[in-house]
Amino acid sequence: MLLQGKKLLITGVLTPASIAFHVAKLAQQEGAEVLLTSFGRPMSLTQRTAKKLSPVPEVLELDVTNPAHFPALHDAIKQRWGRLDGVLHAVAFAPEDALGGKFLTAPWESVMQAFRVSTFSLKELAAATAPLFDKGGGIVTLDFDNSTTAWPLYDWMGVCKAGLEATVRYLARDLGSKQIRVNALAAGPIATIAAKGIPGFKHLEDKWGRQAPLGWDARSEASIAAVARTTCVLLSDWMPSTTGELVRVDGGYHAIGAEPVDPAILAAAAPAKDPGAA
Amino acid sequence: MTATNIEAKVKSIIADQLGVSEDEIKEGSSFIEDLGADSLDIVELVMAMEEEFEIEIPDEEAENIKSVGDAVNYINTHKK
Repeated sequence: MLLQGKKLLITGVLTPASIAFHVAKLAQQEGAEVLLTSFGRPMSLTQRTAKKLSPVPEVLELDVTNPAHFPALHDAIKQRWGRLDGVLHAVAFAPEDALGGKFLTAPWESVMQAFRVSTFSLKELAAATAPLFDKGGGIVTLDFDNSTTAWPLYDWMGVCKAGLEATVRYLARDLGSKQIRVNALAAGPIATIAAKGIPGFKHLEDKWGRQAPLGWDARSEASIAAVARTTCVLLSDWMPSTTGELVRVDGGYHAIGAEPVDPAILAAAAPAKDPGAA
Repeated sequence: MTATNIEAKVKSIIADQLGVSEDEIKEGSSFIEDLGADSLDIVELVMAMEEEFEIEIPDEEAENIKSVGDAVNYINTHKK
């Protein structure tokens, strides 16, 4: 099995529709042991969702805006397992006034909160767990590709994701000597509870389906399964020399400049045949 | 389980989840507008009802469950 005997910390499991839930489920099927994290208000939801995993994993407390939680998390993992092979960082948040077309009016306090939860938390999590990786391993963060383009409505979350991609590279630099690989997985749109918080998500989802050469359906099991599989490969020993990378699981959307032209439009635009030509 | 029992059980789950008293929960009560639920509460409510009544409520269906009556009707129709 791909992840036989691996010990993985998985953040970001909220509901059975969460990407992280699918990663946890597949990782268990592939032989991994998992611990989850949650905090405060969503804790009861995470615990309810955890019951759908087998065996039911323990849920550790981690509020990424509470600096005291990171050493506590390190100690809790150390106490249970003594070591670690992989971490999934699946955490992001932006206040309502920092996305949805409010780029020019978003106040610093909201941007700061978005950056702390969505970007800086990867550094915090990596730094806290790195000492537990005694045989190297993998850290994966869930991204939405903001490396070269701006998106409609994504606003400061996009800036935070661009920062997350840069954080991945710096962590890869600093943790490489411990054989810890740090990579971002940039998924196409997936209809999770996090996506429901992104205004105009439906618009993006429809366009993605038309433009991706492999196709993409934000609501299909196939899309989320593709993200879970690729995450598990990144956490496994099968990408041993890949770090600081942005791996896209998007149906190939990013490689194509625009969606295909509707054949009906093409036919209508064709010049009328000149009857005098040979 | 009779329809009356189902309604009583649904109200008790809602009271528990949303921290409201059962007297406030009417058939026509909207989870969000009348009972102060947020999107996480709704997801958790749906999961609690799935567990209690041993049914699966697909996401597309769950999106249409907005009031106490909607939940009771759904369970009455789908409970085995």
